[in-house]
Amino acid sequence: MDKALERILPAVQKPARYTGGEYNEVVKDKREVKLRMAFCFPDVYEIGMSNLGMRILYGCINAEPDIWCERVFAPWGDMAEQMRENHIPLYALESGDPVSAFDVLGFSLGYEMAYCTVLDMLDMSGIPLRSADRPGLVPLVFAGGTSCCNPEPMAPFLDLMVLGEGEEVDIEVLRLFQKARDEGWEKRRFLAEAARIPGVYVPSLYEPEWNADGTLRAMTPLEGAPERVTKRIVSNLDAAYYPTAPIVPSTEIVHDRVNVELFRGCVRGCRFCQAGYVYRPIRARSAERVIEIGKESLKNTGCQEATLLSLSSSDYKHLTAACDGLLDWCEPQNISLSLPSLRADNFSMELMSRLQKVRRGGLTFAPEAGTQRLRDVINKNVTEEELLNTCRIAFEGGWNAIKLYFMLGLPTETDEDVRGIAELASKVLHVWRQYSPNKQRGVRITVSTSCFIPKPHSPFQWEAQVPMEEYRRRVELLRGSITAKNVSYNWHDADTSFVEAALSRGDRRVADVIEAVWRAGGRMEAWSDYFRFGRWMEAFSSCGLDPAFYASRERAEDELLPWCRIDMGVRTGLLLRERHRAYEARLSPDCRAECSACGAAKLLEEGVCDG
Amino acid sequence: MDKLRLRFRKTGKAVYISHLDLMRVMQRIFLRAGTPIKYSEGFNPHALISICLPLSVGTASECELMDFRVTRDVDLAALPGTLNAVSPEGVRFLEAYEPERRAAQIKWLRMSCGFDYDTRDTSALLPALEAYFASPEVKVTRRTKRGEGEFGLAPHLREMSWTAEPGIVRLECLVSAQEPTVNPELLAASLREHAPELAPDFARFTRLETYDADMAVFR
Ligand code: SF4
Repeated sequence: MDKALERILPAVQKPARYTGGEYNEVVKDKREVKLRMAFCFPDVYEIGMSNLGMRILYGCINAEPDIWCERVFAPWGDMAEQMRENHIPLYALESGDPVSAFDVLGFSLGYEMAYCTVLDMLDMSGIPLRSADRPGLVPLVFAGGTSCCNPEPMAPFLDLMVLGEGEEVDIEVLRLFQKARDEGWEKRRFLAEAARIPGVYVPSLYEPEWNADGTLRAMTPLEGAPERVTKRIVSNLDAAYYPTAPIVPSTEIVHDRVNVELFRGCVRGCRFCQAGYVYRPIRARSAERVIEIGKESLKNTGCQEATLLSLSSSDYKHLTAACDGLLDWCEPQNISLSLPSLRADNFSMELMSRLQKVRRGGLTFAPEAGTQRLRDVINKNVTEEELLNTCRIAFEGGWNAIKLYFMLGLPTETDEDVRGIAELASKVLHVWRQYSPNKQRGVRITVSTSCFIPKPHSPFQWEAQVPMEEYRRRVELLRGSITAKNVSYNWHDADTSFVEAALSRGDRRVADVIEAVWRAGGRMEAWSDYFRFGRWMEAFSSCGLDPAFYASRERAEDELLPWCRIDMGVRTGLLLRERHRAYEARLSPDCRAECSACGAAKLLEEGVCDG
Repeated sequence: MDKLRLRFRKTGKAVYISHLDLMRVMQRIFLRAGTPIKYSEGFNPHALISICLPLSVGTASECELMDFRVTRDVDLAALPGTLNAVSPEGVRFLEAYEPERRAAQIKWLRMSCGFDYDTRDTSALLPALEAYFASPEVKVTRRTKRGEGEFGLAPHLREMSWTAEPGIVRLECLVSAQEPTVNPELLAASLREHAPELAPDFARFTRLETYDADMAVFR
C-alpha cells in the first residue's frame, strides 16, 4: 500500500472503504490491457457500491479482456481533507493508481445534487474541470446516468455524455477512443466521430443561444452533429450481460445484498415520474433467468439476502414463478428474499406474507397524493379502497408499521388535497383499530412528504415548482391536520428541493453556478452534513442567474427546452397529451391495458412492446 | 467434531476491516466455500463465529485465531485452501484444527512494531528509546470504560528487542494480550505524551504470535 495513504487511513472514519481488495474485485495486469477506465461515482463508497447500474457496467466493461475498469468513489470529508493536506491525488481502488493515469474517466450521474462532487473528483485528480481546458485527447471525461437526460447543466465539464443504458454504447465509445488514441487523433476529430455513435451527446457540438428574457432561442448542432440524440437501450434482457459474481464489500454499505433486476421500464405512466418515462419501454427478464441470476449471485457472494429490483415489482409478468423458484432454493439455506416497490393490492400482500415469515420492518406504500382527484391528475392508479383493503390484510397478517409516501406541491394541488393526506392516514389507523388481531403491540403509521420537483422528459416538465414558502405552508397545514398520536409525520426539507429543481431543468449557464458552489467549498451536496443553501443562493446571484427562473417558472409549451436535443424515446406530443389530461383529472391506461403509442417501442429491435 | 479453530493472517488491505465487519466477511467466506457452519437458534440466526482476540483497525496479524462451529465433519487439512480460494485480499487461512484450550488462556502477544522517523537519525534515537522503555516507570494515559487513567506499561511489556534502520526503528516485543489488554499503539502514545522528542512520525504494528502465561505457543 502507498505509504502516504497508510499514514492517513488510521485517522479517518471507516478506512475499509478506501482500500479496495474486496472479494470479486476485478484485477488485471495493467501492462497487458489496452485501455484503462476509471469508473467514477460522485458519492461515497457505501452509496456507489449499492448502485445496481454501477455494478452492471463495472462487470460489463471488465468482461472485455483488454479493458480494465476500476472504481473510484468520492471520499467523505475527513478523508478528502487528509488527502488534500498530504497531496494524495484521487486514486482507483483496484490498482491504487492515481485517476490522472487513466485513459478514460466515466462518471455516473444519477442525481443532480452530486454535480459538485464530480468537479471535486476531477480537481482531486488534478484534471482541469472544463472540457475546453483539456485540449489533449487523453483523458476522456464522459458521463452517463439518468441525470444526463438534461445534459446541459454539466455540459461544459464533460467531453461527451451517453444517454440511456450503457452496456453497449459505453464499449462503442471506449473502442472508438482507443482507436483515436492509437492513431493520434486530435480531440476535436474524436468528438465529431463519437457524436455519430447513437446515444452519444457531445455538448461542445451544440451551441446554445438566448432570448432577451433568458429563455433558449436556439440549440444549434455543429460539425454535422445529429439533430436529436436518441437514448440507447438493451433490447433483450435475457441475452444482456448481468453481474453474477459482484464485488462483496468488506465493510457495510447501504444495500448490502444481492440485487436481481426483474425488468426495466414501467408500464404505469405516473405523470410526475421521470423514471416512468425515461426508462421506457418495459423489457422483462424471464423467470428462469431471474432465478439463475439469483442463485449464481448468492453462491458467488455468500450473501444472506437477495432483493428483486424494478420500478414496480407487482407489474412483473413472471413474479410468482420467479419468487417460487428462488424461494425453493433460498428457504432451506436461510436466505431471505425482499421485494420493494410493490403496489397496494391483494396479490402483493399475499406475496409479501410468503416472503416475510417474520414481520420485521414496516410496509411502505406510495399513494403520492391525498385525494382521488389529485391521484387522477397524476395518473397514480391506486384507489383509497385498494389501499385500505391492503392495509387491512397487512394488519390482519401481523404487520404493525406502515409508511405512506406523498408529494406536496403537485400541479393543481389544493388545501383540500393536503388535508386529504391526513384523512387517509387516519383512515388507515381506523382500519388497524378494526382489524388488528393484536392491538397491545400498538401501531406506527408514518406519513412522509417530499416536495414535487418537475423533471425533464416527464409530462410535468413544463410545470412550475411551488415556491418554497408555499411548500412550507402546506407542510404546516398538513402537520396541523394530523392529530392522531399514532401517526407521525416527516417532510423533506424545502431548500434542497428548490436547488434540485433549479438544477434538474437548468441550462448550460447553470454550469457556472455549479462551479461557483464547488469553488466555495461545495461537494457532497446530497448530504445534509455538507449542503449549504446559502452557498447556492450566493452562487446563483454571483452568476447573475435567478434559481426561481429554473425552479418556479412555468414554461410555455412552445418554449425551447435545454434538453431539446435529447430523445428519451417518448414523443413530446404524448407528454403534452398527458399534461392536458392531468388538468382534466383524466386517467390514461397503462401500457398493458392499451398502448398509447408513446414512441418508445421504436427503440426495440422488434418495434413492439411486450412487458 | 463440532467446535473448530482456524488460524489466519490479516494483512495488507485487510487490516482496515473492522472487527464487526470481519465477522460478516468470515460468515460470507464460509457460505461461499460451502462450509457447514452452525447457526444460532431463533428469529435472527447468526453464524456461531468468534474471533479470539479482536484486532484494532490498522493493526496487521500473522496469527489470528477464530473459533466456529460446524454441523458435520469437514476435511480440516483441505479447509484453509478451500477458504483461501474465496477470501478477500489480505485474509489468508493457515490451519484448521480442533482446539484443545480456551482462548482465555492466551496471555502474551509477540508484536512487531515499526516506528517511522522521517527526518531524524534513527541510530541516535535508538539508545534513548531503549532507555525510555527499559524504565519501570513507563506509563501512558489510557481511556477505559471507567474513564481516563494513568496506566503503568512496564509490567505488561517484555523481551524488547530494538533495531534501527534509516528512517525506521523496529521493535519486537511481548505485550500482555488479556488482563490487561495492552494495545501496542499505547507505546507510541506514551512517547507522544511523555517524550515527544522520541515520538515517531508514524507507527505500525503486526501481531506475530500468541502465547499462554508460561510462554508456550498458544494454538
Ligand atoms: S409504445 Fe405503448 S406499450 Fe410501449 S411504452 Fe409506449 S405506451 Fe407503453
